[in-house]
Amino acid sequence: MKSNKKTIYLDNAATTYTDERVVNAMLPYFGTMYGNPHSLHSYGLDAQKVVDISRESVAHILSCTPQEIIFTSGGTESVNLAIKGVAFSKGSGHIITSKIEHPAVLRTCEFLEKNGFTVTYLNVDKDGIVNPQDVQKAITKNTILISIMYANNEIGTIEPIQDIGNIARKHNILFHTDACQATGSLSLDVSHLNVDLMTLNGSKVYGPKGVGILYTRNGVTLQPLIHGGGQEFTMRSGTENVPAIVGFAKAMEYAHREKKKENKRLIQLRDTFITNVIKTIPKSFLNGHPTERLPNNVNISFLDVEGESVLLYLNEKGIAVSTGSACSSKELEISHVLDAIGLKHDAAHGSIRFTIGRKTTTQDLKYVLTVLTPIIETLRRISPVKVKKSEIRK
Amino acid sequence: MTPIIHKAEVKGKQGQNWLYTKEVKEHFFHPKNTFKSVEEEEEFEKNADGIGEVGSPACGDMMRMYIKVKDGIIVACRWKTFGCASAIASTSILSEMVIGKTLDDARKIKPKDIVQKLKGLPQRKIHCSVLGDKALQKAIDNFEKKKR
Ligand SMILES: Cc1ncc(COP(=O)(O)O)c(C=O)c1O
Repeated sequence: MKSNKKTIYLDNAATTYTDERVVNAMLPYFGTMYGNPHSLHSYGLDAQKVVDISRESVAHILSCTPQEIIFTSGGTESVNLAIKGVAFSKGSGHIITSKIEHPAVLRTCEFLEKNGFTVTYLNVDKDGIVNPQDVQKAITKNTILISIMYANNEIGTIEPIQDIGNIARKHNILFHTDACQATGSLSLDVSHLNVDLMTLNGSKVYGPKGVGILYTRNGVTLQPLIHGGGQEFTMRSGTENVPAIVGFAKAMEYAHREKKKENKRLIQLRDTFITNVIKTIPKSFLNGHPTERLPNNVNISFLDVEGESVLLYLNEKGIAVSTGSACSSKELEISHVLDAIGLKHDAAHGSIRFTIGRKTTTQDLKYVLTVLTPIIETLRRISPVKVKKSEIRK
Repeated sequence: MTPIIHKAEVKGKQGQNWLYTKEVKEHFFHPKNTFKSVEEEEEFEKNADGIGEVGSPACGDMMRMYIKVKDGIIVACRWKTFGCASAIASTSILSEMVIGKTLDDARKIKPKDIVQKLKGLPQRKIHCSVLGDKALQKAIDNFEKKKR
């Protein structure tokens, strides 16, 4: 039995647990208050009311109006609605994005390329930052949309979206940001961010899975992707997922209220862990920007070992992490993000992402280091690879 | 007809799901015929009868096999592997399979034999074990070239 074994979950960028307070807030909407917000009887009106309250609560956090909040089924749908929604409403044109976006953005843009649109995928620097000047230079008279993520899910780098938004605004081009990873820890105040569209995700902020938001500035025209009963201001038809909407709004309230204190705690844990790992384990280095970085993200490459092996050895010790190395059918592939920041394949295969969370403690991370050190040693002992630290970049 | 009731739960099994077979797990966490010490490694680098290497870290997996041969029979085998769990497990199990085999029989080992011994690998992982037998064949080639 594994029951007494210590388990440490360090994959909070993949998803978080749902906060107990959030679960409790959701429960009535599975049970007694199960009405369809569209219905005119009391069941319906109760449901309608709680959806309205949730929308207002989110709007308050974003400093926008409730009509600018569209609830969706998650980050992927919001991204699709933002990008295809703009593209289909314009009919043709040019889109600017970056090479390190989530597949939700990249695959959507590739789809649009097959359908007559043109797309520029901007490079990033060695820390994963998109240079606003590059955005400026990529703009053509046909550009209809700029989509740059708020913070990267793999390496945690925070992008200068305010500056990029500024440029977009000057050129009268719509700007979307994928803020899935930023939802819990960064400012979402759209009155400062210069965004027209912003994707938020419930499953990364101690809310339920399968719920997202697309903030859509008043006046922005989108072609809806899902047609039907006209819910969500006709932008997203289908009976609202009432419990998930309630849960997401609650989760955002808690995250927002506790953000300042929690960020401080996370950043301290993060930086101590980074320093200790790099000091203790030879031939290891940080990926992503050292300070312009999500409070919960640590991404470290360990030379001469392969990420999946490290992940599974850690899993055996009850520690859950993720890696930028993945087997495809032909060969072991590295993440497009590590590739874009210029890591050679040899160096990228050994990358491990540790994303800490609300329950992570100093003791947890000390334990992780004591377990990690011998794991890397063991795997290096059976590895025929010897990469020089001076040869990690292309 | 009996209706099918899907059990969409993993209760009681939390944290015990594993990507691979028991055999892969055993060889991955307790690899066989690895170097016991730096001295042993140096000794094999110098005195192994055949050494074969395939792959590169750039394409993800890399393996090196060392064999010692006596009267046409493989009497010792050591290896080093860079790669995922199935790459490590497949080289480990291969090292057990070859000891005591004649060079001819060792040459005949196919990827599917390794996969079979491991009681299966996920389809997308099978390319990893393909490398183990190639490294072994190179080690045998290396031995035979030296002999000539
Ligand atoms: C940056 C980013 N965008 C989009 C998504 C997709 O979100 P979901 O899987 O909830 O649809 C994620 C989540 O993995 C993400 O991290």
